[in-house]
Amino acid sequence: MTRILHAVAAAALAATFLAACQSTPDEQAPAEVEERKPTPPAPTTTKPIPPTVIPATPITDPSKDPRLKDPANVLSKRSVFFDFDSDAIRAEFVPLIEAHAGFLRQYKNAKMLIQGNTDDRGSREYNLGLGQRRADAVKRRLVLLGATEAQIESVSLGEEKPVCTQQTEECWARNRRADILYGGEF
Amino acid sequence: MTRTLRAVLATLALVADHAQAQLAIEITGGGGNQIPIAIAQFAGEAQLPPAISDVVEADLARSGRFKTLYSPAQNPPLTEASTVDLGAWRSRNADALVVGGVYPAAGGRYEVRFRLYDVPKQASLGGLSFTITRDQARATAHRIADFVYEKLTGDKGVFSTRIAYVEKRGPQFRLMVADADGENAQAMLTSNEPIMSPAWSPDGSRLAYVSFQQKKPIIYVQRLADARQPVPTVNFRGSNSAPAWSPDGRSLAVALSRDGGTQLFLVGADGAGARRLTSSGGIDTEPAFSPDGQWIYFTSDRGGSPQIYRVAAGGGDVQRVTFSGDYNVSPRPSPDGKTLAYIARNAGRYQVAAMDLGTRQTQVLTDGARDESPSFAPNGKMILYATDAGGRGVLAATSSDGRVKQRLSMPAADVREPAWGPYPAN
Repeated sequence: MTRILHAVAAAALAATFLAACQSTPDEQAPAEVEERKPTPPAPTTTKPIPPTVIPATPITDPSKDPRLKDPANVLSKRSVFFDFDSDAIRAEFVPLIEAHAGFLRQYKNAKMLIQGNTDDRGSREYNLGLGQRRADAVKRRLVLLGATEAQIESVSLGEEKPVCTQQTEECWARNRRADILYGGEF
Repeated sequence: MTRTLRAVLATLALVADHAQAQLAIEITGGGGNQIPIAIAQFAGEAQLPPAISDVVEADLARSGRFKTLYSPAQNPPLTEASTVDLGAWRSRNADALVVGGVYPAAGGRYEVRFRLYDVPKQASLGGLSFTITRDQARATAHRIADFVYEKLTGDKGVFSTRIAYVEKRGPQFRLMVADADGENAQAMLTSNEPIMSPAWSPDGSRLAYVSFQQKKPIIYVQRLADARQPVPTVNFRGSNSAPAWSPDGRSLAVALSRDGGTQLFLVGADGAGARRLTSSGGIDTEPAFSPDGQWIYFTSDRGGSPQIYRVAAGGGDVQRVTFSGDYNVSPRPSPDGKTLAYIARNAGRYQVAAMDLGTRQTQVLTDGARDESPSFAPNGKMILYATDAGGRGVLAATSSDGRVKQRLSMPAADVREPAWGPYPAN
């Protein structure tokens, strides 16, 4: 009999555990809630154990949203790359921008900084202008997709913060980009 | 880390880097019509290092306009008061001779006296006397070189001026101010984020520059004499860059993205009162005032490719200045307003060029591949600029006719963004 009770208790525990984990992105429970004491099994009766109700607290601080740093989530991808002398948004980056626009729509209090970059050919100040064009292009697209203009500051780093310095097409392409940063990261 | 905290952690140091390696200067090309000159060792100069005659000789040689001759030590040593056998110097092919002496004076000070001779005419061209402290020996030598240069060429010497530049060593950036010969380099600002576009105020008392300390470009104006933490001067939403001083030192022309794109504005030297200067659908940047304050030259790609334009400083019609080639940027008017130095791209190579603003004739002055940031000496005779050598950023200078070349390099560091300072206020 005791073994069956233990199995029922274990199954009930597992069921409540699973119920707590099945949450939509908007209702993710903070981690602490899952650390709860297991209810002891009833000693001699066959009463079923009622499921525990775990209240879900929504995240209000966008910087705590784990998707921003989750490598499996598109929101952790922060760079849009550009062709030479261009600020046109390539089709392959539209889903990334759409995801970040969704994030900004969800968190009205989120602040974003977009930093535009260029490769190192030519005048530094003119390249600051080209990087600005790239940052502005990403910002425009985000606003078109429903983000608020006041949430986003677009700036340029020009050629001043390269990720590589070789004089090769491959390195130049890696530097022609706009990077997305959220509050707490700048 | 918040922006404010990071800004507070940016350090300002006025540190004399005497022990550290300094800019090494080599002359890589000679000019025609060099004046052969002998600079005799000054009597008693060993008691006041650095030897004044050595510094004078190096200054004159570096200008490319003098051929400095070997001067054998004289016994007894020549002084400014000696009766000089100018015939003997004529037979050594000298056109000019400098003699002088260093004498202890009261209170631990020294008197430095010199005389300049026109050797063929067997005549004195004059001399000066200075009373100085021990630490002023180098500066005094520069003033002597200025005197000699001006007497013999008719042009004002720039040996007593300073240059600013940005030095990158690994992850660290420093805004440096040094003598025009690279000595006495001092760090005005040390940062782990980039610094660019230093610009001297016309009176030499302040430097404007762009810093990325707060993760975006912000313009700072800093007094050289001020050791306090620099505070942002122009920090609108978006990017703030390309500061250029008006000739009266009261305004800055700047490039701002606050209204969309990159456009030119005028602001007070304290950052107040932004007034829009250009309106185009392109990038307008790199403003530079003409010396009479009437025009602002600038870079714009409003016509499809980056070219140089100018606009009346009070606002108004924009005129295009460069028409050949598809990439002309970084305009810098000469101090006499007659020439425009700029960077032109030819067949993928970025080089310093000069345009005669009267005839509109242009001439390419350098043959590098990645030359940038031209800056005139205040006498208009030399143009300092940044280039690459062996994968490292170095500074270089060319005479305004392209014949004399110099290279200024720093071991183990990238040097870039030079700005030649004005004549010292006297």
